[in-house]
Amino acid sequence: MSRLSTLIAEGRRPVVTAEFPSIDGGGLEAIERAADELRPFVDAVNATDNPAAHAHASNTSIAIAMSQFGLEPIMQVVCRDKNRIAMQADIVGASLFGVENIACLTGDDVTAGDEPEARRVFDLDSTQLIKVAAGLGEGHYLSGRAIKQPPTLFVGAVENPFAPPLDYRVQRALKKAEAGARFLQLQIGYYPERLEAFVRGCVEVGVTRTTALLPTVVLTKSAKALSFMDDAVPGISIPVDVIASVAGAGDKEAIAEASYQLTLDISRHALSLPGVSGIHLTDFRHDGSLERLVRDLGIGPAFDPVATASGTTSH
Amino acid sequence: MPKLLPLIEHAVKKPVWDCRMCGQCVLHSTGMTCPMTCPKTLRNGPCGGVRENGNCEVKPDMRCVWVTAEHRSHSPAMPRHWEEEFNDLRPPVDNRLQGTSSWVNFVTKRDQRTPRGWQGAAHDAHSAVPGASMVEIDDPTSLPEGFHS
Ligand code: SF4
Repeated sequence: MSRLSTLIAEGRRPVVTAEFPSIDGGGLEAIERAADELRPFVDAVNATDNPAAHAHASNTSIAIAMSQFGLEPIMQVVCRDKNRIAMQADIVGASLFGVENIACLTGDDVTAGDEPEARRVFDLDSTQLIKVAAGLGEGHYLSGRAIKQPPTLFVGAVENPFAPPLDYRVQRALKKAEAGARFLQLQIGYYPERLEAFVRGCVEVGVTRTTALLPTVVLTKSAKALSFMDDAVPGISIPVDVIASVAGAGDKEAIAEASYQLTLDISRHALSLPGVSGIHLTDFRHDGSLERLVRDLGIGPAFDPVATASGTTSH
Repeated sequence: MPKLLPLIEHAVKKPVWDCRMCGQCVLHSTGMTCPMTCPKTLRNGPCGGVRENGNCEVKPDMRCVWVTAEHRSHSPAMPRHWEEEFNDLRPPVDNRLQGTSSWVNFVTKRDQRTPRGWQGAAHDAHSAVPGASMVEIDDPTSLPEGFHS
């Protein structure tokens, strides 16, 4: 049982997950440094799989290294780059090293990256991959071939409550839950009313009975960063007045502070929704704001009453 | 005739649905919108990249195939059970059927055959196959047992 799955099952406190930075070099020390920074504040961290269709050190290598440095990985697997055989092999292979949390994603298109000439694979779609990954945990490959000592897996996925067709997103979350997703990290979004409607719908149709919802918030420093996400990141749209209010906050420092407050507001709102089990953090600031955010919110391992009392959390 | 059918099917379905001849047609359950025209060939709903205006992440000038599909699935012109099947979990594509006639594969039920693991049960090489409820129809594209390199 992964720590993430235990925390979610207990439901004692909101869980905190985050995004691991992309690694291209610097050996294991680079991973250790990043792991040390995140470890005190988060419960588990995403080992990304060629995010935005840019090649980096692989999901499996990062996930394995993270777990060796005592940081619990959530290994992303995207359908863009590998066929069903390779994806199953990665999941089963990483599990030999103790990687249990798997997040199944469609993946941004190759045209979002710096090698748009690449062949796109999409042999499975994300929902199919969820079911295939769940099957590995039950002791068989997609072919049906048995795995004698099956891996312990905690399978999840991603859903975007903010992208059209809005009315359908709850159904899609349900489909993923039924396929075997036990957690859903939600896409970054700046429309609180859409998140609210989505979470309410998920509670109504029963998604949250089996599956934890983890909305994503992102720490940014400038209005430019918001505009960039709005323009360039697939599936993210930010209302113009939100960008304008951050841009109009004053000098550089005031803008950075307004950006932080925006993230804090969005996080508080997300965590206030019944049906939300925690939060996923993406940090583009790297200036200690992640620590400030979990402190202001009072969540994460540093604020775990039970773990702190029994002395299992380091400060 | 078997050789001719894929040609006829393509001639009929290409102009109307931009059919890609995957050989395992799901049009009725996807609002009569071919999911293989999605640049990511997604068969279980839209990706998270759909633009705010409902257009495709990959082709900004094209409406997302799944936005159209979802909209059409509610059309009163279509039978109710097609709408209900919209959110069914569709199995992975059998890439061996590419270019064959889905009409033939429908009649022979070849298009319903899925890997054993998809039905949820493990088997070991020597025991009988659990969950294989369907009569297996002759498949000219599959290799005989023991033909693995
Ligand atoms: S936006 Fe729609 S059509 Fe484009 S890749 Fe995603 S699901 Fe397919």
